[in-house]
Amino acid sequence: MSRESSIVVRRSVTVTASPQRAFDVFTSAIDTWWPRSHHIGEREQFTAVVEPRVGGRWFERGDDGSECAWGHVRVWDPPARVVLTWEIGADWKANPEVVSEVEVRFVAEGDGRTRVDLEHRGIEVYGEQAEQMRETFEGPGAWQGLLDLFAERAAAG
Amino acid sequence: MDALGDPTRRAIFERLANGARAVGELAAELPVTRPAVSQHLRVLKEAGLVTDHQVGTRRYYQLDPAGVGAVRAYFDRFWEHALAAFADAVHATGDE
Repeated sequence: MSRESSIVVRRSVTVTASPQRAFDVFTSAIDTWWPRSHHIGEREQFTAVVEPRVGGRWFERGDDGSECAWGHVRVWDPPARVVLTWEIGADWKANPEVVSEVEVRFVAEGDGRTRVDLEHRGIEVYGEQAEQMRETFEGPGAWQGLLDLFAERAAAG
Repeated sequence: MDALGDPTRRAIFERLANGARAVGELAAELPVTRPAVSQHLRVLKEAGLVTDHQVGTRRYYQLDPAGVGAVRAYFDRFWEHALAAFADAVHATGDE
């Protein structure tokens, strides 16, 4: 993924906990905090899961047992770092060709605090996805249609 | 047409992600001529990735507000919200 042309979001939060605890809550206990409105599966009741290994899946399991993958674990380095891929298109459907990366670092700050730095990069892939859709469907409708779907879901969230 | 397949166009696209820029500003920062920058911007505009507007004598380009800039803004808000929920979860159940 090209770093020079990457569109990136960076956010940070500091918690009163060790890096290990912060790492565990972020990953193993992701279901305790993941916003309920943000999921792609049909079932409104779901459990968010991060499989604790490189290549592990990041997914939701619906209350009917159905599973929808959100991405994979690229780096598993407790308690310092985890890198997950986000493989969901702007139409809110799983799409292994629309891959952005979420890197989370857990940095001890002393006094029992940990700074959690999150970087979501590669967001320019959504521009590329829209461009591909414009080539498939002629005219401005494809891009606008894709973004309308996205905006609708974003507003609902 | 592969609008983002050219590294200079990607560089222009990335700069516009941080806000609207005039053609001259972009040309000053990149190792290509101003006409080359204008041509790249035309390609990006045709791909629906950027829009432009005139302010006085200068033409400014920006990411299509309905486009990937909106996606970036969405993720920015989403992660702010998600990290706050994460911090609450750490503090709610922590015994350290």
